Amino acid sequence: MKIGVVTFPGSLDDRDAARAVRLAGGDPVSLWHGDDDLKGVDAVVLPGGFSYGDYLRCGAIARFAPVMRTIVESAGQGLPVLGICNGFQILCEAHLLPGALTRNDHLHFVCRDQRLRMERVDTVWTNSFAPGEEIVIPLKNGEGGYVADEATLDRLEGDGLVVARYLDVNPNGSRREIAGISNPSGTIVGLMPHPEHAVESLTGPSIDGLGFFVSAVRSLVGTPS
Amino acid sequence: MRPGGSAKPPLSGWLDTVDRAESTPEVAQPYAELGLKPDEYARICEILGRRPTSSELAMYSVMWSEHCSYKSSKVHLRQFGDKQPEGGWPQLLVGIGENAGVVDVGDGWAVTFKVESHNHPSYVEPYQGAATGIGGIVRDILSMGARPLAVMDPLRFGPADAPDTRRVLPGVVAGIGGYGNCLGLPNIGGEIVFDATYAGNPLVNALCIGAMRHEDIHLASAKGVGNLVVLYGARTGGDGIGGVSVLASETFDADGPAKRPSVQVGDPFMEKLLIECTLDVLHAGLVEGIQDLGGAGISCATSELASNGEGGMHVHLDSVLLRDPTLSPEEILMSESQERMCAVVTPEHIDAFMDICRKWEVEAVVIGEVTDSGRLTIDWHGDRIVDVPPRTVAHEGPVYDRPMQRPRDLDALAADDANALARPHTVEDIRTTLLRMVASPNLASKSWVTSQYDRYVLGNTVLAQPEDAGMVRIDEESGLGVAVSTDCNGRFVRLDPYEGAKLALAESYRNVSVTGARPLAVTNCLNFGSPEDPEVMWTFAEVVRGLADGCLELGIPVTGGNVSFYNSTADTAILPTPVVGVLGVIDDVERRTPMAWGPDGEIIYLLGDTREDFAGSEWAHVMHGHLGGVPPRADLARERLLADIAIAGSRDGMLTAAHDVADGGVAQAIVEMALRSGVGARVWAPDQVADMATFLWSESPGRAIVVVPRSEEMRFTAMCAARGLPAHRIGAVDSGLGADTGHADEQVLQIGDVVVTLAQIREAHEATFPALFGA
Repeated sequence: MKIGVVTFPGSLDDRDAARAVRLAGGDPVSLWHGDDDLKGVDAVVLPGGFSYGDYLRCGAIARFAPVMRTIVESAGQGLPVLGICNGFQILCEAHLLPGALTRNDHLHFVCRDQRLRMERVDTVWTNSFAPGEEIVIPLKNGEGGYVADEATLDRLEGDGLVVARYLDVNPNGSRREIAGISNPSGTIVGLMPHPEHAVESLTGPSIDGLGFFVSAVRSLVGTPS
Repeated sequence: MRPGGSAKPPLSGWLDTVDRAESTPEVAQPYAELGLKPDEYARICEILGRRPTSSELAMYSVMWSEHCSYKSSKVHLRQFGDKQPEGGWPQLLVGIGENAGVVDVGDGWAVTFKVESHNHPSYVEPYQGAATGIGGIVRDILSMGARPLAVMDPLRFGPADAPDTRRVLPGVVAGIGGYGNCLGLPNIGGEIVFDATYAGNPLVNALCIGAMRHEDIHLASAKGVGNLVVLYGARTGGDGIGGVSVLASETFDADGPAKRPSVQVGDPFMEKLLIECTLDVLHAGLVEGIQDLGGAGISCATSELASNGEGGMHVHLDSVLLRDPTLSPEEILMSESQERMCAVVTPEHIDAFMDICRKWEVEAVVIGEVTDSGRLTIDWHGDRIVDVPPRTVAHEGPVYDRPMQRPRDLDALAADDANALARPHTVEDIRTTLLRMVASPNLASKSWVTSQYDRYVLGNTVLAQPEDAGMVRIDEESGLGVAVSTDCNGRFVRLDPYEGAKLALAESYRNVSVTGARPLAVTNCLNFGSPEDPEVMWTFAEVVRGLADGCLELGIPVTGGNVSFYNSTADTAILPTPVVGVLGVIDDVERRTPMAWGPDGEIIYLLGDTREDFAGSEWAHVMHGHLGGVPPRADLARERLLADIAIAGSRDGMLTAAHDVADGGVAQAIVEMALRSGVGARVWAPDQVADMATFLWSESPGRAIVVVPRSEEMRFTAMCAARGLPAHRIGAVDSGLGADTGHADEQVLQIGDVVVTLAQIREAHEATFPALFGA
């Protein structure tokens, strides 16, 4: 099962995402921002970091990278895509997901072990979780406040597209405690916290993050690519 | 619009060439404004046989500054090289003098680490000062050929509630986070200490660790006549001009002009590209020699590369890519623009080198070539503006054996016995003291700060703050890893510089070994007041002597570091603060010992001897505002034994938790372990200890708390007895104490007859920073 991990200039968690794919039983494939060839991967992870220095606006420049043209096109045809943190920001900038991520309401960068409730568990990236399951994975962002207009928020809630919600504290001022969302078909997921940092008990607060990658590997088995 | 702002007149009104310097010996030069003394200027004229050109003067002034030349410290620092075991240090692959020392950690892996200061810039402009401090130390590590793995920041500030601390601290923390997080390096430790003497002189030190295979080690030397000198990374701009000489080597004067233009501005995104690009060109075998550009910019890089190689280099300075086209050659030579590197590349490899730079969108340009002329020559649009022997710039600067005098107040300080201060005895007083101590700024939770740093990126962080040492995995296959800690109690050093330096070393050594890692090497950042003050100079000399002796005794070499002088405002010098970083290696990070204890019933042991050691303690500082008495003596043989036991306990699976006992004594250590695990405990004082206050807050060195499962108790205590290390059974982990003490459903810590819930302690411990610096 080949899962591509894109490296933009300024991507930071690309190695971590590749490790997570490997530990979940998949084959990570490096994809380069300037290359529009997806190398026949079955799914793509847009990792965290500060693509292009987050200059202008988080994810705003990355969405114009050659690789993103192909990803947007393929995602429209059902290619599964997981955007983590900066990757989530890029998905919003590319209009693959609605809304935007804004500066944390308390104005500080925050790195903490965050408790989440999994709400949509029938996506490509979340099908190994139980409905309502509570997990702990790292959160680290300066601009992670999820915002959208009320109608969009109502639609996300009404259609059951909220993938995960913050518990205990809202770490960045996200509307309705939203930590992650999906497209209606469940192939595209954007997530602010970092599951790729919770795949080994040695280095993470838990191994809860592994579930996202295991989900993808499992749902892609038998899928004709 | 042209970048870079308005045109600035060059230092001299016309281009000062070598020819002109020869024909106009009478021209008066602003050497004093550039920080040079009259006799230093005379020596430059003597070396050159003429007056220097303005460009040469710029180069000598920055390279002969205290910051770059170590002119006041050199005569003392030699001890780090001189005091070594017969046959040298077996673990050392590259010693002092390179950008950073390199040690062998086994399996073909090498590790490099170093701590540096960025104190003065961080006071002037906290965010950029701290940010570029990270950037600079990361490039030092990178230039050895290593992939940077992690950073940590030892910080010192004025009183926590002082208005200026509220300006400086949040800016420094945001700068460290803003740069380090964007660079993708986990921040895994460091220190935050408050003391009145740091008001106006905060210390912002930055440490970086990197790893490489032995064959990837690179050095800063320009070898091979005809090889090309490439400058790559960010463009050169007007920032940080004279930063070295103007900022780092002069005492702040309250009435002086604003110094903001001398502070550099960082771009972490460019640094991230520079890291990846540099590692690519190194691994492709395209680089003969490499040097980062930090203090003194191009002046430093060209003169050091040339002196360490064939001895000659020719540079055409007009090829340097500029952010501001109006810069004069003098300014280009002195600019401290960040995120730049200099590489020596053979002509055959230059195209491949440039291709990799293009891949990473990093600008690069050939600025010169290696020669065997023995001279560093620099041209500006065809005119010769520099012609100097490079060693005289880089290595043969002035050396001062400055006058020294034992501080006159040392005897009076020693006589002011801290052990005579009133101690708490009643249950209520001890309880009150406990809650006040854990909430005091130096002992309070630092999570307000550390939660602004990414500790997870790269996925190899095994331990991070508030653990004793930061630990990262180097090799995912074998589990090989390294641990690093930085420490210094400046009050100990003030009371007894020689012992205080050894105590700082001992604490850092202990912090590394309690995690299960074997200490291997030392780096230090020696932060002091003015070297022109004989009492400061004496203190400095004693500290270096203590560190060199201590390192020899512990069997770990100093591999590099940094001296920061002139940390004084008006007549107030900072506490002498030799921050000591110790690096250790652990064969399998799965074996590390964390500080959180585990399940019910585990037994808590205090290892080592507890004496009445209140001099320089946090307790004397917080409860009495007192600094006096004779600090404890460092027993380094005992420290080695303690380390051996902790490492054996980790390797053989005898320990579930361990924690160093230092600032705040046993009380602080127990509280931190309990809060980290969230499980209560019952603790009692051993018979040998004079009184409860001594048990809880004395700061006798050579101690650690370890937690042992009952099944391992016999084996562990037998090992301690056989090796002669005192092990006192002082408690047991107990999650059920709440019910016994009237706090049903709560976790409780009972120390002697004092009962507090973990919730009460957590509230006291964690509320301090948000209350001071905002939620």
